[in-house]
Amino acid sequence: MKKQKMFLRMITASLFRRRSRMLVALLAIAIGATILSGLVTIYYDVPRQMGAQMRNYGANMLFLPASNDDPVTMEDIKEGISKIKKDELIGFTPYRYETVRINEQPIMLAGTDIEATKLTSPYWHIEGEYPTDSTQMLMGKEIAQILDAKTGDSFTVTYSKEVTDLSKEQTDEQAKNADSTLSLSVSGILETGGNEEKYIYTDMSVLNELTGELGGIDLAELSVNTSAEGLKDYLSKTASDKIAPKLVKKVASSEASVLTKLQALVFLVTSVVLALTMVCVATTMTAVVTERRKEIGLRKALGAPNSSIILEFMGEGLLLGGFGGLLGSAMGYAFARYVSMNVFNSSIDFKILLVPVTMAVSVLVTALACILPVRSATDVDPAIVLKGE
Amino acid sequence: MSLLEVKNISKIYGSLKALDNVSLKVEKGDWLAIMGPSGSGKSTMMNIIGAMDKPTLGQVILDGKDISKESSKSLTQIRRDKIGLIFQQFHLVNYLTALENVMVAQYYHSIPDEKEAMEALERVGLADRAKHLPAQLSGGEQQRVCIARALINYPEIILADEPTGNLDEANENMVIDIFRQLHKDGSTLIVVTHDPEVAEVAQKTIVLEHGKVAREVINNEK
Ligand SMILES: Nc1ncnc2c1ncn2[C@@H]1O[C@H](COP(=O)(O)OP(=O)(O)OP(=O)(O)O)[C@@H](O)[C@H]1O
Ligand SMILES: [Mg+2]
Repeated sequence: MKKQKMFLRMITASLFRRRSRMLVALLAIAIGATILSGLVTIYYDVPRQMGAQMRNYGANMLFLPASNDDPVTMEDIKEGISKIKKDELIGFTPYRYETVRINEQPIMLAGTDIEATKLTSPYWHIEGEYPTDSTQMLMGKEIAQILDAKTGDSFTVTYSKEVTDLSKEQTDEQAKNADSTLSLSVSGILETGGNEEKYIYTDMSVLNELTGELGGIDLAELSVNTSAEGLKDYLSKTASDKIAPKLVKKVASSEASVLTKLQALVFLVTSVVLALTMVCVATTMTAVVTERRKEIGLRKALGAPNSSIILEFMGEGLLLGGFGGLLGSAMGYAFARYVSMNVFNSSIDFKILLVPVTMAVSVLVTALACILPVRSATDVDPAIVLKGE
Repeated sequence: MSLLEVKNISKIYGSLKALDNVSLKVEKGDWLAIMGPSGSGKSTMMNIIGAMDKPTLGQVILDGKDISKESSKSLTQIRRDKIGLIFQQFHLVNYLTALENVMVAQYYHSIPDEKEAMEALERVGLADRAKHLPAQLSGGEQQRVCIARALINYPEIILADEPTGNLDEANENMVIDIFRQLHKDGSTLIVVTHDPEVAEVAQKTIVLEHGKVAREVINNEK
């Protein structure tokens, strides 16, 4: 029999026939490796995920009227939208703003496509319900506070035609006649923590009915799932004499900063977990060496040089490291998948390269953790430990 | 030239002389028993002869070489090449089978040879227990595995410190029989024992007291 074969036979016997002790170390390594491979998997997948995810923080592109005098119609918007690939367009929402009055307070009313806001503004938090018909409106929280409004309350919304052009000759009577009113109930209060809370929202048709005319679209928000370059490309493609497209900068830059922070976090968490793994393996190995002092003494009495003792314990440790790394790769993938499914709602690719990398890191961490305990094994004096008691 | 010559050795622990100016000669093929009360220095003597310890004073010449001042590294090599150890507590590796325990000694000495290890187990009557773990063996069986392990590399000297201390009468007799056979085959044996029955089968018994050789008894061949 070859010497190497006996070596393997000894260290595997030690691992498999003395399971309980080694199981603790194996578990520690496997958990460390799980966190390592899991976080790295998530980390590499996150930019892709974040692309879709960041769109959840609002639209990343706007269509604005190219000129103030030339109202933009829905057809113009759709013309621009047609330049964007169908599978990349998550949604678009047109907005038309008019000043109305409730209880003599001037308030901005936005006519929009309520269903579409769910796609382009998924972060909207609504106390109550989205409006479902033309008798309802969504009320920004700030407005609700001014009006002391609650979900279910009804208000008379007044719109004055040509309010700005009101000429001096017109009497109050005439002005009153120009007013149109609608009674709308509050289906829900909108909370965003931003400017949206200063508006009330209805369906576009409600605003058109109130004003009695088809006004121009003041703004369309678009959510497009593509890279930064892709967005720039669309910027030039969708521009026309009617529409001036713009990118929403806030999202683009925060995407990058979130990624950097995430990278730091992954690095930090992984280092901490690997350090903990190392401590746990070192502790276990120290206990193992103490537990096996007699055996070490015996091996030395049989003529084992220190190098052999080191090799055997390191061999056990490294085998454990490799095995723990392998186990951790599998569990890490499961972990990453679970996180991805639950946080990002999408599956994740298995990166085969991560298996050898995780195993190598596990072996390295185990080797480092074993150095001190294994060196202490060579200090064993066979004459003392083998003495009868 | 004697196989082993111990010249005026002393082992001193602080104010205690565990061995006090002891001299001793062992020829090839000798069977020596060492007796004496507890604390008289028997194990200390065995450790020095077995290259596990060094005397404070004096010389130990094994196979023509003074091993009393060797480095621990070369002592390791001497143990590996020349010494076979048998312990009162057997000291088998508990996660290895009987056969593997014998092969461990081969592994450090030269190369493991399963067939040869099996033959050694046969010599001590344990061929059918080869695949058992120590916990599955009786004390007597464990001691015989320990003996097989001590024999496997054909050592110059077999040292046994209280080999029957943990065994009952039947197993003790079995071990004595194995020693007889080893002696007949020409092995050199040094056996520390409390048991007069184990001592009297040896050719010669020396009695230690307070680290000194108190007397020597030549046993008649039975
Ligand atoms: N490492 C040591 N440090 C200090 N004193 C020691 C050491 N080893 C042995 N001694 C002492 O040396 C003396 C001889 O010990 P040794 O183990 O040789 O006795 P022994 O004859 O084998 O006794 P026993 O029959 O009980 O095994 C004892 O008094 C013991 O306490
Ligand atoms: Mg003793």
